[in-house]
Amino acid sequence: MIQALAFYLFAFVVVLSGALTIASRNPVHSVMWLILAFFNAAGLMILVGAEFIAMLLVIVYVGAVAVLFLFVVMMLDIDFAEMRAGVARYFGIGLALAVALAAEVMIAIGAWSTGPIQLARRAAPIDDAVPNIQAIGNLLYTRYLFVFEAAGLVLLVAMIGAIVLTHRQRGGVKAQNISRQIARRPQDATRNTSPVVGQGVEL
Amino acid sequence: MTYAANIAMTLPELVLALGAIALMLVSAWGGDKSTRAVSIASVFVLVGAAIALVGPASSGGYAFDGLYRADAFGAFAKVLIYIASAVAIVMAPSFFARSHGDDLRPEYPVLILLSACGMGIMVSASDMLTLYVGLELQSLAAYVLASFMRRDGRSAEAGLKYFVLGALASGILLYGISLVYGFSGTTLFSGIADAYAGTKSLGLLLGLVFVFAGLAFKISAVPFHMWTPDVYEGAPTPVTAFFASAPKVAALAMAVRVAVDAMGPATDQWRQIVIFAALASIILGAVAAIGQTNIKRLLAYSSINNVGFALIGLAAGTPEGVSGVLMYLTIYVAMTLGSFLVVVQMRGDDGQPVETIDSLAGMSRTKPALAAALAIFMFSLAGIPPLFGFYAKFAVFSAAVDAGLFPLAVVGIAASVIGAYYYLRVVKTMYFDDPAPAFAPMESKVEGGLIAVAAVFVSPAGYLLIPVLGAWTMAAARALF
Repeated sequence: MIQALAFYLFAFVVVLSGALTIASRNPVHSVMWLILAFFNAAGLMILVGAEFIAMLLVIVYVGAVAVLFLFVVMMLDIDFAEMRAGVARYFGIGLALAVALAAEVMIAIGAWSTGPIQLARRAAPIDDAVPNIQAIGNLLYTRYLFVFEAAGLVLLVAMIGAIVLTHRQRGGVKAQNISRQIARRPQDATRNTSPVVGQGVEL
Repeated sequence: MTYAANIAMTLPELVLALGAIALMLVSAWGGDKSTRAVSIASVFVLVGAAIALVGPASSGGYAFDGLYRADAFGAFAKVLIYIASAVAIVMAPSFFARSHGDDLRPEYPVLILLSACGMGIMVSASDMLTLYVGLELQSLAAYVLASFMRRDGRSAEAGLKYFVLGALASGILLYGISLVYGFSGTTLFSGIADAYAGTKSLGLLLGLVFVFAGLAFKISAVPFHMWTPDVYEGAPTPVTAFFASAPKVAALAMAVRVAVDAMGPATDQWRQIVIFAALASIILGAVAAIGQTNIKRLLAYSSINNVGFALIGLAAGTPEGVSGVLMYLTIYVAMTLGSFLVVVQMRGDDGQPVETIDSLAGMSRTKPALAAALAIFMFSLAGIPPLFGFYAKFAVFSAAVDAGLFPLAVVGIAASVIGAYYYLRVVKTMYFDDPAPAFAPMESKVEGGLIAVAAVFVSPAGYLLIPVLGAWTMAAARALF
């Protein structure tokens, strides 16, 4: 009972926020609705017992992708009124895409109901007793450790590459030198004077 | 198997990865001043990795539950890769010092080390996951290297083209891998071979086609070769020399291992693809090179042409064929690196690199030694006896004939005659045309020495090495069967 209630709650909010993502006038609001949709989709994943995917949704999609979206939307100077003007022009293409997607969903459901594709060999049967985060962790850090470490190296190369291609030394930049700031004493920076009336000040 | 035993088998990659990270730290603190020291140190890291190949790393068998295979085949390919990487590091400083634009920075040798590490993982992979991660490590470093001269528009274009098309190729390969995984239920090569030994479902065959298409992209075999001339022309010359040698060896060795180890039971299926790619590469590489005026583009088409010849050995699908591929690659690396070392010496009075074939005119009178070396490389690439390049072609063709692929060998030999035309045109330009302005004198004695070594290796003197090389490549090929 409580599962059904939770399912309909999450599903309703996902559909609603999905619709509002497209419908809202302000793109920042769109991204906010998108984040809400992601959160509720994560809830649906937890209901079907895929807690790892649920966490990934929250961490990767909400934490990184959606926030990145938000930055892009807020920082780029896009004329949204002009973009909206194109809706009528691209309506046909959008409709065709929607029909194609709907057809794919139908075919997928049809194929699913006829039974799974025959696999030649299953190397790693799924153990129902182990939670899937633990199962992935067991494989990732033992059996696939070598690949995991190599993937770390790939990320290192990506980081080096980004710096090599974009970093340049800028001249004339006023960088903060903290040790010089701290080493500066009051007597170096201030001076006691007693100006005489009518003489002005010496700068 | 204990953890230490696994580590011992992957020691070369470990040496390269740790060396690259340590040198990255040195360059982060040392800045551009440390370029020279980091370059020298990275050559030593490559030597260290080659030394680490002795022992379990070249004979240990499977490591990490079958993800990685340390055998003689991988070790042989790695030696070639390390040599080519070291030469690419050595020839960089004088090139970057002369050309306008960006100076050499210490990241260059570090990226080459990381790329070499990725190539080592590629050639030793015995699981699709390892293969893919190794390939990405190599490719990602290569994309950055291609656009290393940031102020040069052509270099940036080369990097972008290489990145976009390389990502497309990775996507195709990954799609094939996912199909193979879906229909075999495993990513291990041994398990995939079991699946192909049974009934070959349509999904398995479709996966095979996509995997080979992705691999063909990486070795720039026709019809997936379009990126090669543009990338080779735009990238800085030392980087082009690197692309034409080390990643070619790695990708071809990886293709051989996938074909033989994972898809061996489906040899009849992939042989058609390999034969088509081989013939198309040989013919297109030869015909398209004729109209080129830029020596780097010419060498790019030459590399497409040579990949075709190497694939003939793979098409045979026998230990002799694989041994022929390795022999071909060994000699090809020497010829290509030698040619590019000569190209690096081509620069005008102002020190700027020149790349047109016309500027080679009359080089036999202005620079006789350099002209003789380039002539040796060109004759050898054309496969004219008695130079060593002839033996390379002989090895793959005899393997193909032994495997009953007589028509393939005949067409290949006929097409190599077309290829001879443009190689000989370079020689003719150097020896019989009126001299163009002489090139600036050679600055680096090391580069001169390397050219001499490569020239002696591909000269008839190279035949003395056949017993040693033949035994070594045969042992390496036997490790796969």
